[in-house]
Amino acid sequence: MIARAGRALILPASALVLALVVGAIFVIASSPLITGEVDWNLPLVAYLALVKGSLGSVSGWIETLVNATPLILAGLSVGLCFKAGLFNIGAQGQALVGALAAAAAGAAVAGSPPVVAIPIALAAGFLAGGLYGLIPGALKAFTGAHEVVVTIMLNYVAIQIIAWAITGPLQAPGASFARSPDVGSARLPTILATAGHELHAGVLLALVAVPIIYWILARSTVGFEIRTVGANPDAARYAGMRPRFLTMLTMSAGGVLAGLAGSAQILGVTGYMPAAYATNVGFDAITVALLGRAHPVGILFAALLLGGLRAGAPAMQIEAGIPVQMIDVLQAVMLFFLTADIIVRRIFRLRKVEGGVDELQTVSRTYGGQTTAP
Amino acid sequence: MEVIQGIPVIGILVGLVVYLSEVVLLNGPIIVALAAPLALGAMCGVMNERSGVVNIGIEGMMLTSAFVGWFVASSVAQAFPAEPHPFFGATPALVAGLIGALLAGMTLSAVHAWLSISVRADQIISGTIINIAAVGITGYINLLLTQSSPPTAGKFQNFRPPSELNDIPVLGDLLRAVLAQGPITMSAIVLAILLQIWLFRSRWGLRTRAVGEHPKAAETVGISVIALRYRNVIIGGVFAGLAGAWFTLDFGNSFQSGMTNGRGFIALAALIFGRWHPLGAYGAALLFAYASSLGIAIRTSPPAGSLGDILTSIPPQVFSALPYIVTIVVLAGVVGRSIPPASVGRPYEKEAST
Repeated sequence: MIARAGRALILPASALVLALVVGAIFVIASSPLITGEVDWNLPLVAYLALVKGSLGSVSGWIETLVNATPLILAGLSVGLCFKAGLFNIGAQGQALVGALAAAAAGAAVAGSPPVVAIPIALAAGFLAGGLYGLIPGALKAFTGAHEVVVTIMLNYVAIQIIAWAITGPLQAPGASFARSPDVGSARLPTILATAGHELHAGVLLALVAVPIIYWILARSTVGFEIRTVGANPDAARYAGMRPRFLTMLTMSAGGVLAGLAGSAQILGVTGYMPAAYATNVGFDAITVALLGRAHPVGILFAALLLGGLRAGAPAMQIEAGIPVQMIDVLQAVMLFFLTADIIVRRIFRLRKVEGGVDELQTVSRTYGGQTTAP
Repeated sequence: MEVIQGIPVIGILVGLVVYLSEVVLLNGPIIVALAAPLALGAMCGVMNERSGVVNIGIEGMMLTSAFVGWFVASSVAQAFPAEPHPFFGATPALVAGLIGALLAGMTLSAVHAWLSISVRADQIISGTIINIAAVGITGYINLLLTQSSPPTAGKFQNFRPPSELNDIPVLGDLLRAVLAQGPITMSAIVLAILLQIWLFRSRWGLRTRAVGEHPKAAETVGISVIALRYRNVIIGGVFAGLAGAWFTLDFGNSFQSGMTNGRGFIALAALIFGRWHPLGAYGAALLFAYASSLGIAIRTSPPAGSLGDILTSIPPQVFSALPYIVTIVVLAGVVGRSIPPASVGRPYEKEAST
């Protein structure tokens, strides 16, 4: 068991190390723009600030967990869809729509006791995300429209839906900027707090979701069917499974998880929904799912890693002057090495490693609208 | 006409059709301009997908090229200030920026080609990596640069068509819409026509389509699938580079983070809507550009009467979302199914190598 986990870790860990090396070169190359001269120590300063900001204090740990919470949920969303051979680039839009629904429902029940208000607000995010995920699922199942382009389009539609709702029917009267009313008692309780940093109960929701998704995928009948459809749609159909139903179910479930990710942010962090809600969660979730090999436990650790990077980025910006976009650069390089694992194998002289992304090849094979192998 | 407009619903519908066609003439130049990056992006997609490679990374390639084009132009303009040439207002800086943008598109395409052809990685994941990297790298450097706020190099100027065109009623407006454009916008039209001819009338086009439909058959008649795919994907980067340069050297003159705003993805939809034909994609791009310009038209010059009241009461976000919704409707095959090249998305493996 441990040996297997170790083998599975080698590739992601190597990709991380290489990404940090490439990131360091990138920082040195850009250092004339930051300090006015080539600064060889800047990467070290930046990485130390990154670690200090994410792990160096209790507040840092809290920020890491707060940042990891939506990433775990959205990462599970993308990962679950990967297992069915579907690429959910739409976790972003599903999270936004879920967040909007949670904000609207939360504001509506803001006066009721938390025991009532929180479940209602979460249920709204759950449903909205699920329905928004059902759209690409149903379109894929019945018309063959590939989920990649449809979900990307829905991401942009979601931005407009939110802009319309928050500047229209949901706008809080008297606020200094366009936002929804406060969610009041639907706010998730704080379970740990330091000065200015609060850990909300949403992290528990995320941590509970990990074993549930694991159980569904590894032990349940429907999970077996999802994996079979992902690995070989023809065999699945031959065995009497229903690929159409499973496609819709998986995309909806992915939408639910992403919707909960958005809800947790609104109910746990902001307490309201602004008209232009800036989030990166849907794209970070892709990195998380790939880094975690679409395995729920892997996703948990990948989300903690990325949550830590996101938590430490502000400290890095303040102390080293490195823009927070550095995290996107690191992510992209990490994914590059994970995908081009032959480079990693050659550098680290690995022969047999698991953890490549080759098992996800069904994704773009279905792009042409046919599910059969050539 | 009087009688028809007496019936309210039909009157409004007739008015709507009249207004929608007026928008074409009114917004003609802006529609043609907005269609250019979509059409060029879609032509990058044609080059890729016709030879059997999915390219989700067009968005990232466009964003990077937009940035590199602006950055190179701005740096050269500082070093070699020059008067704009009468030909499209070209300066050495703008030409250098354009070349930089094309090289950036080709470089990213080469990465995509290597990952999807040689490494045989999942092509959608490869494209996603390019998109994430583009947002990160351009955002990172742009933030550092704006602290020192580099001067803009200006932009290419629009061609001024002869004023006699104004005298011709409808045709003159349409011609002006096509001619009163910058060089990159105009090149999109020319390239769409050329690529259409190349793809369906040349040896290279036949080979490309063969590789995209049935690589094994192509290999047996002596076509190198791998080499042709590499070449096409990298040349495709030129189109993405041009599309990117359009943002910062033709339509605008400065760079903002994430300024492509999903246009690379709409280009993919235009590709599908245009059934993998360059001219079809150009037509689809015009349709999407029309949908984007409709919101502007309604805000600036709404039609009179009750139709105007109805249109202005629709929230502006509906019109902003329109191109994306049109794309989904198109993808769902509501306007007829389009069949992609058969081998798209599948890495090619030579028989002997396995």
